[in-house]
Amino acid sequence: MKFAVIVFPGSNCDHDAYHAAKHVLGHDAEFVWHKETSLKGAEVVILPGGFSYGDYLRTGAIAQFSPVMTAVRAFATAGGPLLGICNGFQVLCEAKLLPGALLRNKDLKFHCEHIRVRVEQTDTPFTLRATRGQVLKLPIAHGEGNYVADPATLDALESQGRVTFRYCDAEGRVTEEANPNGSLNAIAGICNEARNVVGLMPHPERACESPLGSRDGLVLFDSVVASLASSGALTA
Amino acid sequence: MKARVFVTLKPSVFDPQGRTIAEALHSMGYAGVGDVRQGKYFELEVDAGSPEKARALASEVADRVLANPVIESYRIEIE
Repeated sequence: MKFAVIVFPGSNCDHDAYHAAKHVLGHDAEFVWHKETSLKGAEVVILPGGFSYGDYLRTGAIAQFSPVMTAVRAFATAGGPLLGICNGFQVLCEAKLLPGALLRNKDLKFHCEHIRVRVEQTDTPFTLRATRGQVLKLPIAHGEGNYVADPATLDALESQGRVTFRYCDAEGRVTEEANPNGSLNAIAGICNEARNVVGLMPHPERACESPLGSRDGLVLFDSVVASLASSGALTA
Repeated sequence: MKARVFVTLKPSVFDPQGRTIAEALHSMGYAGVGDVRQGKYFELEVDAGSPEKARALASEVADRVLANPVIESYRIEIE
């Protein structure tokens, strides 16, 4: 199975995603520079975390116009599994591949800590190996993770079951204290209507090995591998 | 020609930076200042035949790049 990790100028979690795919899971992985126009036959595409283009203008705003995004968009439209992590989630929202936007954290602080999220949906390629209600311990590291969308969009996300991850406490309860950034409806991650594009603020790729404090992020990678194995490989 | 583009968060979107600035001003004793909304200001040098065309160009650029219509609105001045 081949993973592509897109590298924008300023991406800094690209190696973490590559390491998780290649060394932890043992799959093929390749970096794809943002000026490339092909995804090199990848079957899974990851937009990694970091500070693409220095977060200039708005987080993810400039990256959406990178040449490689045409191929990423085509890959997503064709149903390919596409995961946006942290800055990658912000890029997906700016690119309109996911609805809404990510604003400055409500308390204006950069949060770098382990938090809990509850898996809300298990019918996406990145969550099918999880169980609904499962609590994952994942790290976050962001200053702008405060998810907002207009009321109609929020209603659509909820009624279509597209909120994939929600901030919660260790027991899986959604509380105000467990929400690190003020996201509406405690949204930590969502998927698109076709469910093949998932974006989340926490970093599953940094939670795949015990020395890192959690292996709970592995389920996202295991899920997408299982999803492709069962559906027959889809090639970009 | 110069186009000035002012981008601000929509009124419905909470602006934590503006709120923090307002609270600082209040703690300094500026009781006359109410709410504060923080925004962005862009100056574009535009090559367009008329003020109308300059406005249309600035508007297109603002829609596509300078503002995110999900959270922000903008206004344009042409000089």
